[in-house]
Amino acid sequence: MLPEFNLVIPDTLAGALEAVAADDAVPLAGGTNLLVDMRARRAGPRTLVNLGGLAELQIISRGDGHITIGAGVTVADLLLDPIIAEDAPVLRDAAKLFGGAMVRNVATVAGNICFASPAADLAPSLLALDAEVVLESAQRSRTVALADFFEGLRQTACRPDEIVTALRWPVLPAGSVSLFQKLGLRKGDAITVVGVAVSLSAKNSACTRARIALGAVAPVVLRATAAEAVLEGEALTPAVIEEAARQAVDACSPIDDIRATADYRRHVVNVVTRRLVAQASDAIH
Amino acid sequence: MAQEKTITLTINGEARRLSAPANRTLLDGLRELGYVDVKSGCEKGDCGACAILLDGKAIDSCLTLFWQAEGRTVTTVAGIGGANNPHAIQDAFVGAGAVQCGYCTPGMVVATKALLDANPDPNDGEIKAGLSGNLCRCTGYTRIFTAVHQAADALRETGGGS
Repeated sequence: MLPEFNLVIPDTLAGALEAVAADDAVPLAGGTNLLVDMRARRAGPRTLVNLGGLAELQIISRGDGHITIGAGVTVADLLLDPIIAEDAPVLRDAAKLFGGAMVRNVATVAGNICFASPAADLAPSLLALDAEVVLESAQRSRTVALADFFEGLRQTACRPDEIVTALRWPVLPAGSVSLFQKLGLRKGDAITVVGVAVSLSAKNSACTRARIALGAVAPVVLRATAAEAVLEGEALTPAVIEEAARQAVDACSPIDDIRATADYRRHVVNVVTRRLVAQASDAIH
Repeated sequence: MAQEKTITLTINGEARRLSAPANRTLLDGLRELGYVDVKSGCEKGDCGACAILLDGKAIDSCLTLFWQAEGRTVTTVAGIGGANNPHAIQDAFVGAGAVQCGYCTPGMVVATKALLDANPDPNDGEIKAGLSGNLCRCTGYTRIFTAVHQAADALRETGGGS
């Protein structure tokens, strides 16, 4: 049984922004995190603002060198959309392994980000794509880099009167490859043990841009910037890749839990980072 | 605090109304209206026992609020078929012995319906993805996979028929 709350069902985004500005009001999208937390009494907001009916949030578009997905886009939408298949297969690969079929049909990409779980399945791929978060309130609109949006364990830069309305990221230059791997205890409906996303761009056999994002190994999903710096400007020899994987491990601060030990997670980060960088490098050349 | 609202929706082809508070889930509302073929399992989106079709899309009714179904179309497993008019999917589940205790079966049939509506000839990997939100604690899934293949074959032979 859910605790009591008021439910506001606005017809427009403006109505939703007005409603969410009220004291202790939170947006409700797919509900696959929020309603579970409320049932377990881990959350008890006074008012829920339903975003489900807002067609203006359900858009996936490409323009001005960017891909933009509205806050109403579900994980299942990612699997069916031709723009995502063509320009962001690294996000599609993460979506495939997200929850179960019924959860994918309602859970939104923005909701996965807003919960800021260290194990958020879509976060590594979005970080590797340099995603930005568009936040709107009744008064203003602002954009925050996803890496800055995650402020701590389940803590984000989203203020109480704001709604995340979209995520956007630049279309990658030619000669780019992005890859994602999730390690879980099984393939379907499993919480991530370690998630790694790698995105590389290269020109004339030198790496011009490297992104390595790590999930479930720290309080937030994070970029291993020191590891990226090892790769950028270099030819991706085995020794360089090895050093980047070592740096990626140093970026982690994992915990022991029922799914894996911290040591195992560090080991997996090393192996998977090395593998994905090598695979991406091979795929470019 | 406890707001009540009368919600009108279509369930298995019939217009139904229910006055419900904001915190009533679609699962509980459906069961209150007598649709007890929709089962309550984990109530957190892991098991799929409460799966229904909402406007043709498979969802967990435990993670949907009754108010969110206003004006929409719900199909439960009994709306897909029953003992007197079984759907090809239900025939296949019986024929393949894909049922043991049966508690997961309504959700399995609903998820299979959504899968086959979108993909009439799924391979094993696609069946796994389609049923990834449905847990069965008895059968080990082998016969469920067999049933989905048999249902897909039967539906393609009869030109859909769903």
